[in-house]
Amino acid sequence: MAATTETLAQVQEMADDKYKYGFVTDIDSENAPKGLSEDIVRFISAKKNEPEWLLEWRLKAYRHWLTMPEPNWAKVGFPAIDYQDSYYYSAPKAVGDGPQSLDEIDPELLATYEKLGIPLKEQEMLAGVAVDAVFDSVSVATTFKSKLEEVGVIFCPLTEALEKCPDLVKKYLGTVVPYTDNKHATLNSAVFTEGSFVYIPPGVRCPMELSTYFRINAKNTGQFERTLIIADKESYVSYLEGCTAPMRDENQLHAAVVELIALDDAEIKYSTVQNWYPGDENGKGGIYNFVTKRGACRGRNSKISWTQVETGSAITWKYPSCILQGDNSVGEFYSIAITNNRQQADTGTKMIHLGRNTSSKIISKGISAGHADQTYRGLVKMSPKADGARNFTQCDSLLIGDQCGAHTVPYIESKNKSAIVEHEATTSTISEDQLFYLRQRGIPVEAAVALVVNGFCREVLQQLPMEFAVEAQKLVGISLEGSVG
Amino acid sequence: MLEIKNLHVSVEGSEILKGLDLTVDPGEIHAIMGPNGSGKSTLSHVIAGRDGYEITGGRIIFQGEALTGMEPEERAAKGIFLAFQYPVEIPGVANTTFLKEALNSIRRYRGEDELDAMQFVKMMRKKTEELNISDDMLKRAVNVGFSGGEKKRNEILQMAVLNPSLAILDETDSGLDIDALKIVAEGVNKLRSPDRSMLVITHYQRLLDYIIPDKVHVLAHGKIQRTGGKELALELEEKGYAEFDEAAA
Amino acid sequence: MTKTTSPLAFVDSFDDERTGLPGIDLPWLKTLRRDGIERFKGLGMPTPKLEAWKYTRLKPLEDTSFQPVTDEDGMAALDHVPSLLPDPGGRPRLVFVNGRMRPNFWIEGDLPDGVHLDCLRDVLLRAPDWAESYIGSLTGEDAAALVQLNTAMMDTGFALRVDPGVIVETPIEVVYIGGLTDRPVAYFPRNLIVLGEGAQATVVKHHVGMGVGAYFANAVTEIDIAQGARLNHYEVQAESRDATHLGAVNVRVAKDATYDSFTLSIGGRLSRNEVSVRLEGQGAHAGVNGAYLMRGSEHCDNTTRIEHLAPNTSCREIFKGVLDDQSRAVFQGRIVVNREAQGTDGHQLCKTLLLSTGAEIDAKPELEIYADDVKCSHGATTGQIDETALFYLRSRGIPEALARNLLVQSFLGEALEEIADENIREAFTNKVLHWLPAACFLSEEWRDA
Repeated sequence: MAATTETLAQVQEMADDKYKYGFVTDIDSENAPKGLSEDIVRFISAKKNEPEWLLEWRLKAYRHWLTMPEPNWAKVGFPAIDYQDSYYYSAPKAVGDGPQSLDEIDPELLATYEKLGIPLKEQEMLAGVAVDAVFDSVSVATTFKSKLEEVGVIFCPLTEALEKCPDLVKKYLGTVVPYTDNKHATLNSAVFTEGSFVYIPPGVRCPMELSTYFRINAKNTGQFERTLIIADKESYVSYLEGCTAPMRDENQLHAAVVELIALDDAEIKYSTVQNWYPGDENGKGGIYNFVTKRGACRGRNSKISWTQVETGSAITWKYPSCILQGDNSVGEFYSIAITNNRQQADTGTKMIHLGRNTSSKIISKGISAGHADQTYRGLVKMSPKADGARNFTQCDSLLIGDQCGAHTVPYIESKNKSAIVEHEATTSTISEDQLFYLRQRGIPVEAAVALVVNGFCREVLQQLPMEFAVEAQKLVGISLEGSVG
Repeated sequence: MLEIKNLHVSVEGSEILKGLDLTVDPGEIHAIMGPNGSGKSTLSHVIAGRDGYEITGGRIIFQGEALTGMEPEERAAKGIFLAFQYPVEIPGVANTTFLKEALNSIRRYRGEDELDAMQFVKMMRKKTEELNISDDMLKRAVNVGFSGGEKKRNEILQMAVLNPSLAILDETDSGLDIDALKIVAEGVNKLRSPDRSMLVITHYQRLLDYIIPDKVHVLAHGKIQRTGGKELALELEEKGYAEFDEAAA
Repeated sequence: MTKTTSPLAFVDSFDDERTGLPGIDLPWLKTLRRDGIERFKGLGMPTPKLEAWKYTRLKPLEDTSFQPVTDEDGMAALDHVPSLLPDPGGRPRLVFVNGRMRPNFWIEGDLPDGVHLDCLRDVLLRAPDWAESYIGSLTGEDAAALVQLNTAMMDTGFALRVDPGVIVETPIEVVYIGGLTDRPVAYFPRNLIVLGEGAQATVVKHHVGMGVGAYFANAVTEIDIAQGARLNHYEVQAESRDATHLGAVNVRVAKDATYDSFTLSIGGRLSRNEVSVRLEGQGAHAGVNGAYLMRGSEHCDNTTRIEHLAPNTSCREIFKGVLDDQSRAVFQGRIVVNREAQGTDGHQLCKTLLLSTGAEIDAKPELEIYADDVKCSHGATTGQIDETALFYLRSRGIPEALARNLLVQSFLGEALEEIADENIREAFTNKVLHWLPAACFLSEEWRDA
């Protein structure tokens, strides 16, 4: 990551008018020394009082990582990452030992969350969403713990889960995304610092939406959170994830891993609104969002549904996937990706059909504007055993302006004659007729663009939980500002 | 209300309107008739401010103000409404969402308070009842999957909601059977008022059986060739536009 | 990784002065050949590590030692020519056996003035300057490995030149017969088709295996279509079951010109048809279509790339496939729309029927778009014969095997319809009918229905 740094004041100034979430919180951070080595891996593990097996696992990952080349197949371009020029552990000092309740949290930090639109205090009082907020590398608060405990749902930072239910963590961690999976996931396995852990016991329908907000605050910091969600038999959970980061001139790496496991008749719905700092108009700064998200439908009749709204990050490299092992299991992927200015996104999904009568649905809406480049990349694989499996894919791209790109790269592999795969893709633009019609009715041009784009994305927006849908709809408009006229 | 003086308009370098004059007073309904390619649609688009039409001479004055250089949404806010010959489909955007967005944009522009969801729903209920339009149409995406008649009725509904002072009906009768035509005309007549002027652009006389104009103009070769009362429309129905071809030749 | 040792014997023993090579005394060609072999060695034989070869492994080239053909191979006995088009009559036809042109089967036909049809050897003798200006002009220096290999080894081929404004009504047929030899041979056809302004022609290529021997055909065809011209380019790949057929077609289409193609693949142990079309002038159009019918352990790869480089260009691409037994097919279709190509209209469709457990399709339809005022779409499906339709036919008294054949035929119909010329469409349809299981041929009355 480049080390060009400008004064805080300048950064702040820019933050005020363009990227709403671009503020920097002035908090003392406790950093591990810069760079990556076995010692850093041991340092992180020790900081978190981890069991020996986990340290060993981290070290295996680190050693394997050293042997792996950078993945180069995605349609994105960026200078080589200098992994030694980054911090791999950054904790807000005051909360280093972990807060016991919201009252112990640095007020400055809470103010940050309010700016982000997550008033934790209020949320604890009002019935609604349980939030785990991750600030740089440390989880600062998990609201609604008590209420969830009543029904036996475990929702806590991963570190805490290692103390609370080590067997569950050991049983499932790394079973969906093994530490050898890909360069970024392997790095995460070696140095992951925080993330959420969710366990829904058999037969329990989680009484509220669970939510995590991630924020990268510290400078030159990579964020490597790891989320593990297990839905036991006949359970249900809906999980929301939001992300923001301050505006900084250097690029910051975010290499997260999310693993979902659904057992028999269980369902997991995972929604993301990703609004990491995208860099400025000239492509300076912004987050490298290199994320591995994968769910395993292990049980019969299980279901995993991914919904994502990707508007941020300088570069997005992300393929939330489903491994459909259990018979009759269902995988879904609903995606809106918006790239503007110099943003690059290579995103999509993989649906791996292994069980009988498994089905999957992919709805992807990509919008590219400015000088941005966007690629949908998806794999649908029908294995010889996936009798009666089905996939439907609809992949639409909208281009706004003549300097951007939109690409569609689906891979369809079928080894089963009774499996049916249907893929459709279209590329178009907002027509002059549509814009004139809306403007004739009095709607200003930017609002008209946002309206058409929201209409284009409707199928996906409908999948989001209410409170997220509103936020996402606004983001769609904001992300495209300045793209027309 | 509307005053057009010596208007010259070119599209991609060729002159379509060649010195058009037209004055419409408040509350009046004027019909513009003419053969295909005479510049009727150009006139409606240029008043509404569509890109691609170059005004090479003359002026359009609306309520005492020159329209030249104004964005389409500004003109809409000032009270100009164009009912499209081919209403445009906007997939995924519900008719109500669209109308609310349009109405509040106009209200914002005029410095009026925006309507909240409740007020809007109430107002819409009133309008749809007045015009005999089913709620179902409001929930569907703008013009998507609408029949020809439904599209035109949707245009009239929008006109009722946005309450313009000048409404331009561009070939509203095209693609409609006689029953649909009657329903649309009935809607238009309900919206007649002393402070609203209308410009009815049509190729055929039959629409004017239902929407009675105060004046009829014949547009041919980029100019108003003749002006008369509603009887002129009947004469044209009988004789066709041949005489104007000769006049220009 | 050392790329210099190749399992391909003819690469190690590359000799640009080998007797029998056409144009042996042309210095420019010698340079071209030497550059080709050097570049091929540098690139190496493609492997699945390359994205473009992800699904196709050139296994037969690894385990068989192919030798370049000799004049003797080219003299193999032949009693009849497997023409695609019935009753050649006055129809022009060129015949190659084991990569050697056979003058005794050449029908000059009634070609109009301004049409020049020659084999590669003759064109290098008669019009070396013309040949120099076209050979390699469309493949370019940075061509892929197999094109480089062909450039180095080209030992056969034909050249068709149609002068401006000349319209050739009769289809020109070119037959490449392989397999009539008992040792594994390799041959390297290089074909040139050049249409002047406003010219029109139809070329039908028939690659057909007649024996059982393993052979390797590595063909490159360069096609230049000038303003307002039109080429219909139809090809049947019916190589024998031990053959490896790797073909590349590079096309340039000028303003308001049209390239229309159909490739029917029904044979070969391993085949790959690579088509690359550049729509360089406003209003240029490409139709790139095909069908693949595979059984046994055959492997067929259709890889296409259509580049829109000028405004208001259009393309249409339909591929349909039927896979039985353990066969495998690959479809990789890419449509690229450059920034300048506003107003592009592009449509692509790939559908595959799997008839058996064990068959496999890998499809990768790609859109790569840099202009906003475009209408582009693609679709891809895989599945089996519709059980409801099958039941419907059987409930009307049609035996199951026949019903299956009918449904396969109707499935392929959508692609075959893209062949504009009625006679050729019929010839191709016949090929399809003959591929279907023999026990249930349609009777004449069924065929008319």
